[in-house]
Parts: sequence; structure tokens; C-alpha cells
Amino acid sequence: MAEPIIRLTGLTKHFGGGENEVAALNDINIEIQRGEIFGVIGLSGAGKSTLVRCINLLERPTTGSVVVDGKEMTALSPKELRQARKSIGMIFQGFNLLMQRTALDNICFPMELAGKPRKEAVARARELLEIVDLASKENAYPAQLSGGQKQRIAIARTLAMDPQVLLCDEATSALDPKTTRDILRLIQDINKRLGITVVVITHEMKVIEEICSRVAILDHGNLAETGTVEEVFASPKSEAGRRLVYPDGVPYEMLRQEAHTARVIRVAFNGGTAYQPLIASLAIDCGVKANILGADTRNIDGRAFGTMLLGLPEDETQVAKAMAYIRSQKDITVEEVPDYHE
Amino acid sequence: MSEKLIELLMSWGINERLATSQVEYLAGYTVPFAIWETIYTTVLATLFAYVIGLPLGIILVTGEKAGIRPLPAALMKVLNTIVNLLRSVPFLILMVCVAPLSRLIVGTSIGTVASIVPLTLAAAPFVARVVESSLREMDRGVIEAAQSMGCSPWEIVTKVMLPECRPSLITGLTTATITILSYGAMAGTIGGGGLGAMALLRGHGRQETVVLYIAVIFLVVLVQIIQSIGTAVAVKTDRRIQHTQTKRRKGK
Repeated sequence: MAEPIIRLTGLTKHFGGGENEVAALNDINIEIQRGEIFGVIGLSGAGKSTLVRCINLLERPTTGSVVVDGKEMTALSPKELRQARKSIGMIFQGFNLLMQRTALDNICFPMELAGKPRKEAVARARELLEIVDLASKENAYPAQLSGGQKQRIAIARTLAMDPQVLLCDEATSALDPKTTRDILRLIQDINKRLGITVVVITHEMKVIEEICSRVAILDHGNLAETGTVEEVFASPKSEAGRRLVYPDGVPYEMLRQEAHTARVIRVAFNGGTAYQPLIASLAIDCGVKANILGADTRNIDGRAFGTMLLGLPEDETQVAKAMAYIRSQKDITVEEVPDYHE
Repeated sequence: MSEKLIELLMSWGINERLATSQVEYLAGYTVPFAIWETIYTTVLATLFAYVIGLPLGIILVTGEKAGIRPLPAALMKVLNTIVNLLRSVPFLILMVCVAPLSRLIVGTSIGTVASIVPLTLAAAPFVARVVESSLREMDRGVIEAAQSMGCSPWEIVTKVMLPECRPSLITGLTTATITILSYGAMAGTIGGGGLGAMALLRGHGRQETVVLYIAVIFLVVLVQIIQSIGTAVAVKTDRRIQHTQTKRRKGK
């Protein structure tokens, strides 16, 4: 495999010091290949934003190495770091445009920093406005643009730096579903046409599904798993992966394999007291370890209503024992689900 | 003309001596001159106060621990203490205390020009705090975006923070100018000129009520003018609200 454009090795980041120290990232190892769209997903607080900020060193990692395009970022002098950052574009959830500049002048901003003559910069900015499909808005101020339009301007602004890498920090999280799709298309298009490597940070599986080729799952600062999007979607190996792929609960089929559950029973609560500890009593009184596969129960005025799916071990006597026990309870009915499939 | 005025003042119950002296005083173009002195003192003192206060205010924001160019905590502590110290000394006391400094800088410790020194010294820390509070409104995300584009701290200050905070800085400038104008009114006590001195020395000191009122009225008018211009410029140059303004106009 070719040399990766981004390589994070043994990356850790701690915030605060002494007793209040919080580990935001723990020993992260990721390699991102040139030209791919790499996704990093995790729930809020998982450390995604910190991770992406470690790539351009907006956050300095506590330990570990960050190599971007062959350069060890942590070893650069402030001046060299600023130079290196110019080839790493970044877009944000909050767009972060300069509110007192027009769309055109926002796009000119990085070229101004690079000392490009005004005339050339304006010409290039117009080209970029064309690419992001906002040619008519060159004199508009950000306050006059919609969220999606602002993000397009932000994308054009980073493209003005001719970056090698584009970091997207929850870039579509503030947008409605349709605009999100349009922006994702644009990012994908940029990746294909300009060969820019894209790193997408998101909490939405949808975004990963839509454009990423590979994905890393981050959970409480730990890298839970990495793989192609197909792999991870088909069979998430980690607990965090499963939670993300199946936010409404894991299909029973999978849990059954996982928990070595052979028999599934459905228990219906018909208004008995909600304070009856059924599962616990099953374990204590009958010695049957039941596994809750799914439940939809609610407590109405202290009375339990709804159903629950329990997985029981294969042992025939145990199943019979459990069924008998549950049947003996008031206001609860039970039936076996012979061949359960989601 | 002046006889009629004297008569008018006497008809208001002012005795002849006071009526005559006031009319004679006012007839000597003293009011336009006092206005000029007030404007000149205020403008110069504001200018010098910004020369010191603007960089100081910027440093107070950028130099702190989480700022874009952190400075040693001890230095920040010293700067903050100096600013607070200067702000806590009453202006009248400060004016007397810095007399030697005025003598050193402008060669004299009394008069209109000399009053610019204590005015600047009193206003600079005030300006620093005003600038500081404007810059603190800056969206951290925008600074982060600028950093991600490889901006140096200097570029962030000059190309991002100052232009982005322009409306708030203009509002601050307006407040500072008016504060300095009112400080300047006290400069009469060390022989400074202007409307303040006129009100204080002639109006209050000699019981020349008409002079007092005229001076105060012109001070009020000056403040109104400064405030109106400041607000108008701040609003007009703020690109964040242009959107709603055009909308409102269309709606009418």
C-alpha cells in the first residue's frame, strides 16, 4: 500500500492537569490513504473533534505522532506549522465565515494571506464560486446566505488554499437533510475531481454511508474499530459500532448468536405491578439467566404494560422452569417465539 | 445689542453687575473658542488614549492563557493590575498627581495642552478595557478557522479580530470619546480650557448662571452629536445586520 497521507500513531490527548485530568483520546492509531474519503464517527463526547484538531494541530496531542504528507506535525516550528496548515483545509459545523466580508472576499482571504495579487485572487475566487454553484452570490454577506450556502462558501474558501487534505468537522450537522445531501455530493465531487483526501467527522451514520470509503469508530476516546464502510456496516465488531449501526437495538438474530441464546420467549405485561422484579426473580428463584433482547414496556400509574423478548439458554428443563415461573405471575402471559427473525 | 441683552437678563432677576459681566464675557467669542478647545482636547486625548489603549486591549485578550499568543501569566497579571490601578484613581486626583509628568512631556503642568496628558493617562486603561470587551465578543470558531488556514497571530489580529469586531469597536470608540469629553470638563481645575472650564470657573465660580447653562447646553449637544454619529457608523458598517435591514425595508 502506498504511503498514507495522514498517519496518527499512539495519539493521546489529555485535557486539564492533576486530579481534573481527562483523557480525550487514548492511543489512537489511524492511517488515511491519499485520495480516500475517511470517516470518523462517534457519539458526542467521543473525542472526534479533538481527533480532527490533532491532525492540523489546532489541538496539540499530549503524546504520539501526527504525520501529514510526510511531515511530522508535532515537530514543526510555529512558522513551519502555519505553512503546513495551508495545505490542510478545514470546514466546520458553524461555517466560521468572516461576517464582515462578502462571499467573494471570504474566498479571497487565504489567497490574501498567501500574498496573491488581488486581481488573480478575485479571478480564482470567481472560479471557485462557480464550482460551489454560488456565482450569483459573490457580493452577498454571510448573514444574507442560508446555512447550505454558507457551507459552500466555506468549502470554496478552503479550496482557495489548494489543499491536499480537507477536514470536515461535523460540516453538515447544522443543515437540513436535503442540504446535507447536496453538501456531501459537493464534497464527494471535490474528492473525485481534485483528488483531495477528505476526513469526515460526524455523529451521523448516514453521512458515512453516503460518501466514505473507510470509517473509524471512536468511543470515549478509544478507537473501537476501523474498516471499510461495508465491513463495519455488515458486522460491527465493537459494542460502540453496534450501537451506531443499530441505534434502535441490535437485530435479535445477532444477539442470539452472541449470547448463545437458543430460545426466545415473549412476555406480555398486562397491567401488573411495575415493581415486580421479574428478571431478577427468574435468576434468583429459578436459576435461569434470561437475556433481554428487546423490550417495549411502560409504566402507567405504577402498573406495567407492554412486551419483552427474553432469550433463554438451550437447556430444555430451564426453559420449562422459566415458562412455568412466569406463567405463575399475576397479569403476565408468556409464549415461545419459535423461529425469531427480525 | 448688548444693552438689550443686559436688560433681558435683568428682567429675569439677575442683578446689573452679573448681567453686564456675563454679556461682555459671552460677546467676546468665548463660546466658539471654548467649543473648539473642548473638541481639540477631546480628539487629541482620545487619539493618544487609543495609541496606548488599543494595543493594550488587544494584548489583554490575545495574551491570556487561552489566547492566540499567550504571554507569561506574570506579565498579564502586571498589565491587569496597572490597568485596574489607573482606573481606580479618581480623575481629579490623577490630574494633580501627574503634573510633573505633564511638565516633562509638554513643558507645563497647567493649561489646555497640559490637560491632555492626564486625560490620556486616565483614558488609556479605560480604552484598553473597552477594546478588550469588544474583542471578547469575537467568535472563537472564526479564529480557529483562521488558524486552520495558517494565519499568524498578527494576521489574526489585523485581518480577523479587528475587522470582524469593527462595529463593536466603533461603539466603544463612541463611549470612550464621550467619557474623555466629560473628563475634560474637569480639566478646568488645572487651567485647561473648554466648555467644562467655562461652566466650572465662570458659571459656577462667579455665579454666572447664564454662562453655566450655555456651556452645559453645548456639552449636551456635543455628546448627542458624537453618540448619533458613532451609533450610525457602527450600524451602517455592520454587515451582520444588513440582511434584516433590507428585509425590513422591503416589508414596508
